Amino acid sequence: MTDSKYFTTTKKGEIFELKTELNSEKKEKKREAVKKVIASMTVGKDVSALFPDVVNCMQTDNLELKKLVYLYLMNYAKSQPDLAIMAVNTFVKDCEDPNPLIRALAVRTMGCIRVDKITEYLCEPLRKCLKDEDPYVRNTPAVCVAKLYDINAALVEDQGFLEQLKDLLSDSNPMVVANAVAALTEINETSSRPLIEMNTQTVNKLLTALNECTEWGQVFILDSLANYEPKDEREAQNICERITPRLAHANAAVVLSTVKVLMKLIDILPRDSDFIAQLIKKLAPPMVTLLSAEPEIQYVALRNINLIVQKRPDILKQEMKVFFVKYNDPIYVKMEKLDIMIRLAHQANIAQVLSELKEYATEVDVDFVRKSVRAIGRCAIKVEQSAERCVSTLLDLIQTKVNYVVQEAVVVIKDIFRKYPNKYESIISTLCENLDTLDEPEARASMIWIIGEYAERIDNADELLESFVEGFHDENTQVQLQLLTSVVKLFLKRPADTQELVQRVLSLATQDSDNPDLRDRGYIYWRLLSADPAAAKDVVLAEKPLISEETDLLEPSLLDELVCHIGSLASVYHKPPSTFVEAAVPLRKTLPKSTVGGSEEPSLIGGTSMPSTQQTTVIPSQDSLIADLLSLDLTPHPSGGNSHQPYAQSAFSSGLDDLLGLGSDGLLGDSHGASGLGGTASPPSVGFGGGVQPMVGMAGAGALPFGAPTLPMGGMGGMGGMGGGDIGGIGGLGDIFGGITPAAGSGYAAPKQIWLEAARSKGTELQGTFLRRSGQIVMDMTFTNRAMQALSGFAIQFNSNSFGLAPAQPLQVRPLPPNQSADAALPCKTDGPVQKMEPLTNLQVRIHFYSHFRFMECRNSL
Amino acid sequence: MIGGLFVYNHKGEVLISRIYRDDVSRNAVDAFRVNVIHARQQVRSPVTNMARTSFFHIKRGNVWICAVTRQNVNAAMVFEFLNRFSDTMQSYFGKLNEENVKNNFVLIYELLDEILDFGYPQNTDPGVLKTFITQQGVRTATKEEQSQITSQVTGQIGWRREGIKYRRNELFLDVIEYVNLLMSQQGQVLSAHVAGKVAMKSYLSGMPECKFGINDKLTIEGKGRPGADDPAKSTRTAVAIDDCQFHQCVKLTKFDTEHAISFIPPDGEYELMRYRTTKDIQLPFRVIPLVRETSRNKMEVKVVVKSNFKPSLLAQKIEVRIPTPPNTSGVQLICMKGKAKYKSGENAIVWKIKRMGGMKESQISAEIDLLSTGAADKKKWNRPPVSMNFE
Repeated sequence: MTDSKYFTTTKKGEIFELKTELNSEKKEKKREAVKKVIASMTVGKDVSALFPDVVNCMQTDNLELKKLVYLYLMNYAKSQPDLAIMAVNTFVKDCEDPNPLIRALAVRTMGCIRVDKITEYLCEPLRKCLKDEDPYVRNTPAVCVAKLYDINAALVEDQGFLEQLKDLLSDSNPMVVANAVAALTEINETSSRPLIEMNTQTVNKLLTALNECTEWGQVFILDSLANYEPKDEREAQNICERITPRLAHANAAVVLSTVKVLMKLIDILPRDSDFIAQLIKKLAPPMVTLLSAEPEIQYVALRNINLIVQKRPDILKQEMKVFFVKYNDPIYVKMEKLDIMIRLAHQANIAQVLSELKEYATEVDVDFVRKSVRAIGRCAIKVEQSAERCVSTLLDLIQTKVNYVVQEAVVVIKDIFRKYPNKYESIISTLCENLDTLDEPEARASMIWIIGEYAERIDNADELLESFVEGFHDENTQVQLQLLTSVVKLFLKRPADTQELVQRVLSLATQDSDNPDLRDRGYIYWRLLSADPAAAKDVVLAEKPLISEETDLLEPSLLDELVCHIGSLASVYHKPPSTFVEAAVPLRKTLPKSTVGGSEEPSLIGGTSMPSTQQTTVIPSQDSLIADLLSLDLTPHPSGGNSHQPYAQSAFSSGLDDLLGLGSDGLLGDSHGASGLGGTASPPSVGFGGGVQPMVGMAGAGALPFGAPTLPMGGMGGMGGMGGGDIGGIGGLGDIFGGITPAAGSGYAAPKQIWLEAARSKGTELQGTFLRRSGQIVMDMTFTNRAMQALSGFAIQFNSNSFGLAPAQPLQVRPLPPNQSADAALPCKTDGPVQKMEPLTNLQVRIHFYSHFRFMECRNSL
Repeated sequence: MIGGLFVYNHKGEVLISRIYRDDVSRNAVDAFRVNVIHARQQVRSPVTNMARTSFFHIKRGNVWICAVTRQNVNAAMVFEFLNRFSDTMQSYFGKLNEENVKNNFVLIYELLDEILDFGYPQNTDPGVLKTFITQQGVRTATKEEQSQITSQVTGQIGWRREGIKYRRNELFLDVIEYVNLLMSQQGQVLSAHVAGKVAMKSYLSGMPECKFGINDKLTIEGKGRPGADDPAKSTRTAVAIDDCQFHQCVKLTKFDTEHAISFIPPDGEYELMRYRTTKDIQLPFRVIPLVRETSRNKMEVKVVVKSNFKPSLLAQKIEVRIPTPPNTSGVQLICMKGKAKYKSGENAIVWKIKRMGGMKESQISAEIDLLSTGAADKKKWNRPPVSMNFE
């Protein structure tokens, strides 16, 4: 066998030669030619010109040749859709072949040919195969339905394949079940509405199949179980019990998927029960065992362990030693292990960790060494008792005079100073000795910070800083900014002999620099100093907040989301899937709300309860309707408005519609429903409950600190009110807002919705709604800070919108410490600037707040 | 799921390319070559994301295998699959290298068609695949045979053919253990763990169900059996296993309830179980290395090996591997026992001893001449550890 020769043909006129060979009578020659064609295809040559000739070879009883031709077809059918039709007959014939292998092959291949005309022909054979007696053949179409759904979703639904696919879930053959599950899960993810509902029965079937199917099948089943939310604790416990044996499987994917399901279910189970304690005990060993697998799998496992350790630190707290780096670990495994070591470090094991880290700091790989040095610093900050030892270790490392080690050490020592001020100043002199070796901006900036901070204790601080000022223009911005601040600090501490220096730096920063940040900071200092030196002292030398222990923890909300994706790419990147996958529908998985602990449900006003998933689908695309409505409301008609006014105020307390003075019309639906607004305003074809409509483009968002989140917000109070108004007219929304009958007259306010998700805005969650209080529109909001730092300085601004809505008074929110929420009600008026928005319900609001020193901006579209 | 799968040679030329999903285009092939293969040192993760496309790669021999996807796939599964794919290829045509891949590209395409459908891994057991994907072209199988194949591929016991017959029924069992040891400079053991595996070779007829009882001395942590935590029970006689993992043929639920390994074995060689222990590890040998750098281009290495087991036992085929710096030019060796040789290709001194009794000691000393190579000299030698093997 020397098939490699096919790779070496590079002659001219090759295509022509192949053509004649393909049409040759001799079977042997034909086969050779097809092989050559496939080889050229692999290398990336375009051999599509041979399409008809290759298709001619399809009718053969040689399975090997057939497979090659099929392979060719899959590659080129798309570019030659008309010619591909030629192959259909053979396909259909093959689907009837007595040999199950060929039947399956034909269906499988047909599914891969993504030409509309062919898919039409696919339906019939597919239906037959779904009922084939041979499990091998049944197995194939399960996946094939998913393929077809990908090409033409409507066709699949019309032909009833989904039902047949669901039937396969109860197939006798476990592998068929597994593939059906995989297909259904995929279809579920891409479709706009849930196509299958998992219930206790199907889950039980899956759990039974789990014990019998192949390793891959087990992965599919476990992954789909992760999406299921058990009804009660008993069911959850039952699932846990039945899947825990999977932890001993040799396939890492099975183990990790099991861990994922367990981690999710643990949240449902009552806390502190024996069962959980036992479960957690069982979780640790398999994860440790994953670390003796292939390095790539170790990497995936470590990234996941990193998440698990953050979520439940108790699981692996005893296992520090297994994360010690081995000599022959690939670098990516080493780096991850180092991260986990720091997370697991605590008082009891810190000595061990430190001695390890010290070893690592003498390794060869530069990045790894740097990270180790940083890790030592993090230990010092995390475990106070060890700080002293860490500092002395760092000093030892500085003595090695290895350039990058020294630089890194300087950076972490700066952090240690921040955490333990006025404790380890004795080492400053050693640091100063190494001043000349620092050439990286971060290290230089750190060193300058230290000099500025301890200027009063360093005798020659002015000289040291002066030496930096010499080359001011050559420095990186980071260093320049730090130098500016440090010189000012120095001046404030020792005003006598440093005036000249400070003036030089200030003029350098303000006059000779193009950098706006630097210039602005320079001016601020300058004015502060010239206006009121005492105030300057208060500002510049203010007490700094201590830095927190865990600096690089993930945001809790992100962590929760990632825990639901254990084993998957999201858990490897530590990013939510939406950031690297283009999905038709952003599907967010969240941990199930614990039945025990207090959870932050969106607070519902007015006693209407709706599952939150429905809320997002409420966004109607009823431009035309609103357009008509709007003509009424923006120019308040005293006549129309008046007549309804009493109703509006007594019967309903809220809703943008009656703010606009017309909702009442519709809300009186029982009396003159259809004749009301709905009837005149909207053609019945207006689609309600349509998919989520992204209302504002993301363009330009990248430049903002967080991409401007576009929020599916149509369903806010305004819409709620609109809905009310439409009940009489269209009735579509009435269903969605089930239970609100116009006649009831109960004050209705749309429940608060999440306008801004924490994961998309660095941890600030904003829920809100519009409602009406004593005749005034009020924007009712709840801010929740899920970030690590406190937020303050809230301010709000409305962009011009269709309703002329604008805040009547400034937003008042108290500074928000981490993990707390604050409610705020913002009265609004409707005499602001009016601008027609597209769609009309679109309302853009900017909310500003300070997190630490950063200025943030969010744009919400409602 | 997996959108496409590519195999490259070390230069980055494509040997195999199979695309399963529309969202992956041929451009992905080039993106991986340019950004990963050609920029080897910079890419330091087996998963790379470029323009919303994720690339998973493993390297076997001089061949890169890369899976591409644009979805949020199960990463562990992709790597497990890639490993299994390379195992399968090896069991078909031996060593995985460029030459073999080129020689068998038709076969590989056939395999890829079978083991991955629309990006979903299917049965990857080489034993079963060999029943219907053969290198000799297609056997004209009878109808019965065909249905037998298909039922087996999808059946509950996907790893064993029916109707296997041997004149002699044999079952071999090897226990292979890797001791991983971390020692401080003072010779104190910092951490040690044993990763062991039970490798089996079975030549049995029919569909036998094998059962291994585990004796009571074995306790498995975390299994939460009543009494397992009882300190009186976990005395020195107990062999505590931290964790174990089993081949897919083992019935895991039975292991949980009955504490016995019960399975229908695949035919031929396979790895039945893997385990890990960290407690009460008695080291069979002690290796004490002494390194002295006498001058800039001379080094003295002395390694003492002490056997630490009962004198009645015997260790065989001992092989000690002492790494040397890459700029070694010559080595003079003196050893008390066995044979030693410097292998320049592997940058190591290999010292072999045929057999050695318990509580004995042996040593080797070596003088290493180093080449002074200017700039490269400055680069630190990262002192790999000494390793040893024995039976």
